[in-house]
Amino acid sequence: MSLLNSLINGISLGSVYAIIALGYTMVYGIAKMLNFAHGDVIMVGAYICFFATQNFGLHPIVGALLAMVVCTVLGITIERLAYKPLRQAPSLAVLITAIGVSYFLQNSALLLWKSDPKVFPQFFAFPNANGELQESFSLFGGELTITYVAVFTVLMCVVIMVALTLFTSKTKMGKAMRACSEDKAAAQLMGIDVNFTISMTFAIGSALAAVAGLLLCSSYRTLMPTTGSLPGIKAFTAAVFGGIGSIPGAFLGGILLGVIEIFAKVLNTNISDAVVFAVLIVVLLVKPTGLLGKTIREKV
Amino acid sequence: MKQLSPSRKKLANNAVTYGIVVAAYLIIQVLNAGGMVSPSIQGQLVPICAYITMAISLNLVVGFSGELSLGHAGFMSVGAFSGVVVSLSLQEAIPSGPVRLAVAMLVGAVLAGLAGFIVGVPVLRLQGDYLAIVTLAFGEIIKNIINILYVGIDETGLRFSITNEAALGLAAGGRAILKGPMGVTTNVKLSSFTAGFILVLIALTVVLNLVNSRAGRAVMALRDNRIAAESVGIQVTKYKLMAFVTSAVLAGAAGALYAMNYSSLAAKKFDFNTSILVLVFVVLGGLGNIRGSIVAAAFLTVLPEFLRKLNLDQYRMLVYAIVLILVMLATNNETSRIFFASLRSKFLGLFKRKGGAR
Amino acid sequence: MAKQFEKPKMVPVPSHSIVPERDLGKLPVLECQHLGIDFGGLTAVNEFNITVGPSEIAGLIGPNGAGKTTVFNLLTKVYQPTRGTILLNGKDTHGMSTAQVNQAGIARTFQNIRLFNNLSVEDNVKIGLHNQIRYPMWDGILRLPKYWKQEKLAHESALELLSIFGMQDLAGHQAGSLPYGAQRRLEIVRALATNPSLLLLDEPAAGMNPSETAELMENIVKIRDTFHIAIMLIEHDMSLVMGICEGICVLNFGQIIAKGTAEEIQANPKVIEAYLGSQKKGGAKK
Repeated sequence: MSLLNSLINGISLGSVYAIIALGYTMVYGIAKMLNFAHGDVIMVGAYICFFATQNFGLHPIVGALLAMVVCTVLGITIERLAYKPLRQAPSLAVLITAIGVSYFLQNSALLLWKSDPKVFPQFFAFPNANGELQESFSLFGGELTITYVAVFTVLMCVVIMVALTLFTSKTKMGKAMRACSEDKAAAQLMGIDVNFTISMTFAIGSALAAVAGLLLCSSYRTLMPTTGSLPGIKAFTAAVFGGIGSIPGAFLGGILLGVIEIFAKVLNTNISDAVVFAVLIVVLLVKPTGLLGKTIREKV
Repeated sequence: MKQLSPSRKKLANNAVTYGIVVAAYLIIQVLNAGGMVSPSIQGQLVPICAYITMAISLNLVVGFSGELSLGHAGFMSVGAFSGVVVSLSLQEAIPSGPVRLAVAMLVGAVLAGLAGFIVGVPVLRLQGDYLAIVTLAFGEIIKNIINILYVGIDETGLRFSITNEAALGLAAGGRAILKGPMGVTTNVKLSSFTAGFILVLIALTVVLNLVNSRAGRAVMALRDNRIAAESVGIQVTKYKLMAFVTSAVLAGAAGALYAMNYSSLAAKKFDFNTSILVLVFVVLGGLGNIRGSIVAAAFLTVLPEFLRKLNLDQYRMLVYAIVLILVMLATNNETSRIFFASLRSKFLGLFKRKGGAR
Repeated sequence: MAKQFEKPKMVPVPSHSIVPERDLGKLPVLECQHLGIDFGGLTAVNEFNITVGPSEIAGLIGPNGAGKTTVFNLLTKVYQPTRGTILLNGKDTHGMSTAQVNQAGIARTFQNIRLFNNLSVEDNVKIGLHNQIRYPMWDGILRLPKYWKQEKLAHESALELLSIFGMQDLAGHQAGSLPYGAQRRLEIVRALATNPSLLLLDEPAAGMNPSETAELMENIVKIRDTFHIAIMLIEHDMSLVMGICEGICVLNFGQIIAKGTAEEIQANPKVIEAYLGSQKKGGAKK
């Protein structure tokens, strides 16, 4: 049973990684850059929701929406100020800039909200038959306990995945995004507003980051300025694992990575991070394009 | 057409760099003898030398080889801890402090170089963003491994364990040197400013001479145009590995020097943040600009002290981040590049006009 | 115009290889047998069979997208062939990397110039001399005598190579700041520095006016005569191709549709119809 418990925890964690990975993969597909600051946008989203619900007493859903709005604006601002001027620059410069933005967000949060860990409120507790608030429910006569958070996280992930897949395949903006990720110049010649499309991609990615921040902090309840950094890197691992630029890839990579991490933690808590990174290294060496990615040949 | 400095001018340029380092050392030693150096600055001298060496070595990989390495602190870490283990193990065998320091730094350098080779062989097959992330991953893995590592010494020799101190099974009279997450707590401080100065000179010589040689040209060719370099017979992995391992060796020596300046040291000191710090030194000083790395590393290592006095220390990392972004924007964006170039010519024009008027 | 998009009827390929008389009996510098490559479902090159003599100037022509640069990429192992054999001076280059195949004797220039733009002209050539004038890494770091000797030799050799095109005075200039024609010539010098037996030139006359093209034609022949190497070039300028190429291979849709001397190609009705059009470019051959 503990195996099943770990599996469920793994899938739940993996769902969070998948949602974060979506942001990475969409931005990488269209702007060909690794948005190092993505993980820290997650952190900002979580903080916004935290203050909205704790200090201003707003309803959690309002808090969530507020977080999404703030993160969307943040994502678009970052893109316009820091990444757009460097569209023609070598990728080394863009990567360093992204690292700078990530550090900027972390240290701003440190100054604004201090480094003491905040305890994220539990939104996913519902009253049981006796009227008490319960965080989880049990199956198989108490043998298997599943938290409501976990269920909600996985559901949210599936919904987002389906919505995004439909968006990119059926809508005009979605098609524009796919066109821009293939060939920006050609897309522009076809009348697509590339700047707007790229901003929209960052907007969607950042909104998803806010959702991910909420879900992450609802499961693992401590919130600090550095909370987003490591999950961000792991989610990038997941995106690469599944195949960068591929939406189903982000999903697959995220879930698999979450499961791997939880099982590694069961074996030895101290090296679970190392195991996750080892997975990344092995994947990149054996199949650099990831599980569902496609090989792109360099034109000589 | 743009004329580049002929080799004589380049030689003079490098001589200036050596001169600055030697002059700085002599000046500080003189001031020190006269008791004019504050204790806080004195305490910073060894770390400055270590960070300068880190910056020079990272510049070899990022500036000259064109690869973004985000795990450089990992090599510093390997050098640091292996150096401490060696120096504490050889306390009876080599009573002389400076000699033990040299041995420790040598061992640290070699082991870090080995780590560089192990990491480099798989990593350097990748490119760009992927390479950067994998170096970050390796840096974290190294940190994780050292965090769970226990090393002790007794009459039978060195003993290792990854579970806990008791599992070392030390005989009576033996002691633990490295204690997992607690790191090292009983170190003997052997580092000196002179040792640091010598290390900086060695790093400078190695990197400058390497860059201005056949191997250096190959590395820069691979950076500028990998496909063209391959087409003239330059083996990609060989030369990228050469730069990477050389850089790791120097980082390891720097790590050993750094470690022997403190009585206690833990693995989490050498994490991603340290790697980023050194990257800031390199970017700020200019990619491919060794003198810039030296100046930036020295300046930014003493800066926290001054900021602390002015109560501005908390803004330091934020300012670093902003400066990093601004420097990247300024040097890579056509509009800002033209803007700064015009500023510079106007500035220089001011001087020319003044001279002419007389 | 519409004719170019019609799939041509296959012209029977001659059973003999086009090799100059003086090279008959000598080991050919290049022999390709059934060379081909597929990119996924697309066959980019198929049944590429050619023999190039050790002092031949060979031409590879065909419309855009015919697969000419792909052939060069196959020869230099930028792409690994899906099928077929490449024999360089009789040696099978199967499994070699780009760097290895250069050390075995093939050098090339690129359709879109690929110089080391931030380095000087002289350094560009010295990089070409990388495998010819060597010393170990340690000699460089410790500045041992061998370093000084070899560097001096490299400096002199670089200037000597640059003097082929009279470019020795440009040695200190930044490669990226050179005018277009000089950049193309520098790329050729850099390729020659690698001491090849076969030099591949990808559209060397692109962007040149007629007098520059005439000078280039002289220089190519001079290079062949001085260095005793074979040269294969891709070109669209027919005056150059018909002027200096001894054997010409015509490619379309990845297949050879004709092989022969300049006269044979010019007289071949199918080739004329499909590729040279109704007007012959460049005038009479030399």
